[in-house]
Amino acid sequence: MARTLVVVGNGMVGHRLVQAVRDRDTDGGWQVVVFAEEPRPAYDRVALTSYVDGWDPLGLQLDGAEFTDDPGVELVLGDAVASIDRAARTVTTAAGRTQPYDALALATGSAPFVPPVPGRDLPGCHVYRTIDDLDAIRASAERARAGTGRGAALVIGGGLLGLEAAKALRDMGLSPHVVELAPRLMPLQVDEGGGALLKRLIEDLDVTVHPGTSTGAIEPDRGRLLATLGNGTELDVDLVVFSAGIRPRDQLARDAGLPVGERGGILVDEACRTADPHVYAIGECANLDGRVYGLVAPGYSMAEVVADRLLGGTATFPGADMSTKLKLMGVDVASFGDAHAATEGALEVVVNDAVKGTYKKLVVSDDAKTLLGGVLVGDAADYALLRPLVGRPLPGDPGALLAPAGGGGGGVGVDALPDEAQVCSCNAVTKGAIRAAVHEQGCDDVPKLKSCTRAGASCGSCVPMLKQLLSSFGVEQSKAVCEHFTQSRAELYEIVRVTGITTFSDLIERHGTGGRGCDVCKPVAASILASLGNGHILTDGQAGLQDTNDRFLANIQRNGTYSVVPRIPGGEITPEKLLVLAQVALDFGLYTKITGGQRIDLFGATVDQLPVIWKRLVDAGFESGHAYGKSLRTVKSCVGETWCRYGVQDSVGLAVELELRYRGLRSPHKLKSGVSGCARECAEARGKDFGVIATDNGWNLYVGGNGGTMPRHADLLVSEVDKETLLRVIDRFLMFYIRTADRLQRTSAWLDAMEGGLDHLRDVVVHDSLGIAAELEAQMAEHVRGYADEWAGVLADPEKLARFTSFVNAPGAPDPTIAFREERGQRVPVLLGTPEVISR
Amino acid sequence: MTVQQMTVQPMNAVDSTMWFEVCALGALGREEGVAALLPDGTQVAVFRTHDDRVFALANLDPFSGAAVLARGIVGDLGGTPVVASPMHKQHFDLRTGACVEDGTVAVPTYPVRVSGGTISLGRT
Repeated sequence: MARTLVVVGNGMVGHRLVQAVRDRDTDGGWQVVVFAEEPRPAYDRVALTSYVDGWDPLGLQLDGAEFTDDPGVELVLGDAVASIDRAARTVTTAAGRTQPYDALALATGSAPFVPPVPGRDLPGCHVYRTIDDLDAIRASAERARAGTGRGAALVIGGGLLGLEAAKALRDMGLSPHVVELAPRLMPLQVDEGGGALLKRLIEDLDVTVHPGTSTGAIEPDRGRLLATLGNGTELDVDLVVFSAGIRPRDQLARDAGLPVGERGGILVDEACRTADPHVYAIGECANLDGRVYGLVAPGYSMAEVVADRLLGGTATFPGADMSTKLKLMGVDVASFGDAHAATEGALEVVVNDAVKGTYKKLVVSDDAKTLLGGVLVGDAADYALLRPLVGRPLPGDPGALLAPAGGGGGGVGVDALPDEAQVCSCNAVTKGAIRAAVHEQGCDDVPKLKSCTRAGASCGSCVPMLKQLLSSFGVEQSKAVCEHFTQSRAELYEIVRVTGITTFSDLIERHGTGGRGCDVCKPVAASILASLGNGHILTDGQAGLQDTNDRFLANIQRNGTYSVVPRIPGGEITPEKLLVLAQVALDFGLYTKITGGQRIDLFGATVDQLPVIWKRLVDAGFESGHAYGKSLRTVKSCVGETWCRYGVQDSVGLAVELELRYRGLRSPHKLKSGVSGCARECAEARGKDFGVIATDNGWNLYVGGNGGTMPRHADLLVSEVDKETLLRVIDRFLMFYIRTADRLQRTSAWLDAMEGGLDHLRDVVVHDSLGIAAELEAQMAEHVRGYADEWAGVLADPEKLARFTSFVNAPGAPDPTIAFREERGQRVPVLLGTPEVISR
Repeated sequence: MTVQQMTVQPMNAVDSTMWFEVCALGALGREEGVAALLPDGTQVAVFRTHDDRVFALANLDPFSGAAVLARGIVGDLGGTPVVASPMHKQHFDLRTGACVEDGTVAVPTYPVRVSGGTISLGRT
């Protein structure tokens, strides 16, 4: 019979423990019960600040956080554990439920430390820890905005969390002030020089920094708050956020008689076990050797240790890397190893470039041979390579390592890293593990490494290094489309765009490797030619390049017949048009099915029937739905505010507009979209390549979503924009994708493989960092202007029509191998026996 | 339309091969394929390569069982003229019918000739 594991706390670390146990416990030895104090499934607290981008709690939710399909996990939300009876081995919750356990894991995390400043309990004073905290801060900010002038906010504590809070407040339209007791920002991570630069860079962003002083008192003042600083400065603010550190939440353990550390934290051994062998503690509430770890990565390590122990293993906590790399308001900050040169005899090498706004410091041993740590401000690109080298012999002169040129660690290459070096610190993946994944599990690209090892799956900062490692391990990162072209699809696209080549024969003659082309490069070229507007896809010279679906403008099915999908923009259709579809289906004996994209698929048409069917459809006002193309498929929508009592915008109207704007756009792979009229997200827009969700104030745009074998929730690209901005950003996004993606690479994989990830994408398509936005928009305008229905084009041209015959010498003779039977009242194919194969 | 009424004519059977006119060479684009129906109901996929050579394979894709090979993309792999099945992309050598990916599989080939601008298929 299964034993019961009770997990107290459903933060990132608690969730990781449950996941780790479920992943490894293949025999079902443990039944897991999770008690969460918060009312929502586990979310990414590290990314809490991004909640401000769309105020969408689901956007932060961790993968698999709901455990809805897992009978091995019971997730109890909104009911905190109130007491532990260690003798009886039970816990009792605030709501009064008593739950027995065989093993208990405490993952209660930490609570914000609020210094005893007079006035700290006034309305408008907040902490920065949970989604609910941010909602409360938002409410205060909105009251401030309703007043006159620009609101202001005070952040108490200039550490990592304080700067995150300052960013969130700035994004809410307030002017933040940051007070820090230490003489510099982020005193734990950066040194004086780095802190000085950081202050300058942060102040450039409309944040006022008050270092080296405390907050004396907070008083109510005519509906606002008056804060008096230790140095006498008085600040009129609308709200205050305390971010002055955290304290382990260990009260539950104290009450149960478990020993805690002098400065808090439940004492655990290297197996993360407390004084009671049935009780573990992990994450920020645990105290190991006198240390409490306030980062998520050590918490994850502890979760993995406990999971291993529960399943009979002997894992121990490997010690933690307290290195940090983050981007605060666009400013890179990283610190690793002995950042403060506390080691006896440590030497510092500093490159401080005030003009470029970068500060880099390496800490090395007294003989200058071993890297001990470092600080990077303004540009942390070298972090991924330098951090794993900590404690190891330097591969070169320390000064050379900081040299601006060379990219990625100056003179350091990934070859210099030993196998034990941690490449991904979020998920503790070593270079050796990457090597094994490449050589033993056949991972040959970054997405495979991500799913196989989890490297790069969290913050993504090691993705560039994963690419370097792949080539270092001899994985041919060839982007060649096929044997006929050494170029990648993106390169071929550029060639066609720049040279104006309009035929495949020109392309392969001038840029190919010899040969005639194949079923890989020909459709790629056809797609590129179509993306760049070269007329109908069945014009001379292009028809033979098309895959069968494009060649017959229909989707081939298993018996060689095709299915027909007319466009139904936004899924909105009149009863009259439904009658047309029904009559056509009846007349041609077509099987009908509603698709996932809110349209109607008509199956079982033979090649020669296609033009006859389409004549009827085009006459009735239908057009091609491009279900056969690597192009925009559908823009799914919910019914929106017109009917729905929850809707806040006209989602159907926008979906129709988007579908008509981007219809026929040929791309590296198919494109799906959706528009939801409110945050309930009934159109499942976040599972789409580009999805739009209505808010009270505009539209949120999400990109890179996918269903299928590798589901991926789309990432928020821009929030609360008006329709004009929305269309502009989508125009740029789609054209940038068409320009740079690989063949058959969906936007999700494209985004995953993109160096710099979402930030880079946003830089390009929102902030126009490459200066190509106008060009991308012009290209899309050209597409919209040049659109013509492909099926109408076929019907109007006898030469194109002539392709739609079953047999060249017997047009109209039916294919004798095609037969149908009836199933659930409709015609379906008779399964074809595989014919006798001739053995050579 | 029945098979007997089709525009297929038995030609002079000197070498015991029956020849059937299928279509004009011009009806078949370069590096494209068409399907033809022989009087006995056999489906043949006829392909024309860039150099105006014409090849004939069975139209039936041995992997899917569907009569679709004529609708595949014509090209070359390592210099071998091939057609890719539109169903699951296996390649067949246009000259021999051999499957490139699976040495144990081949599709039948048919004699083909072009004279006077007309493509004819042979049946022995």
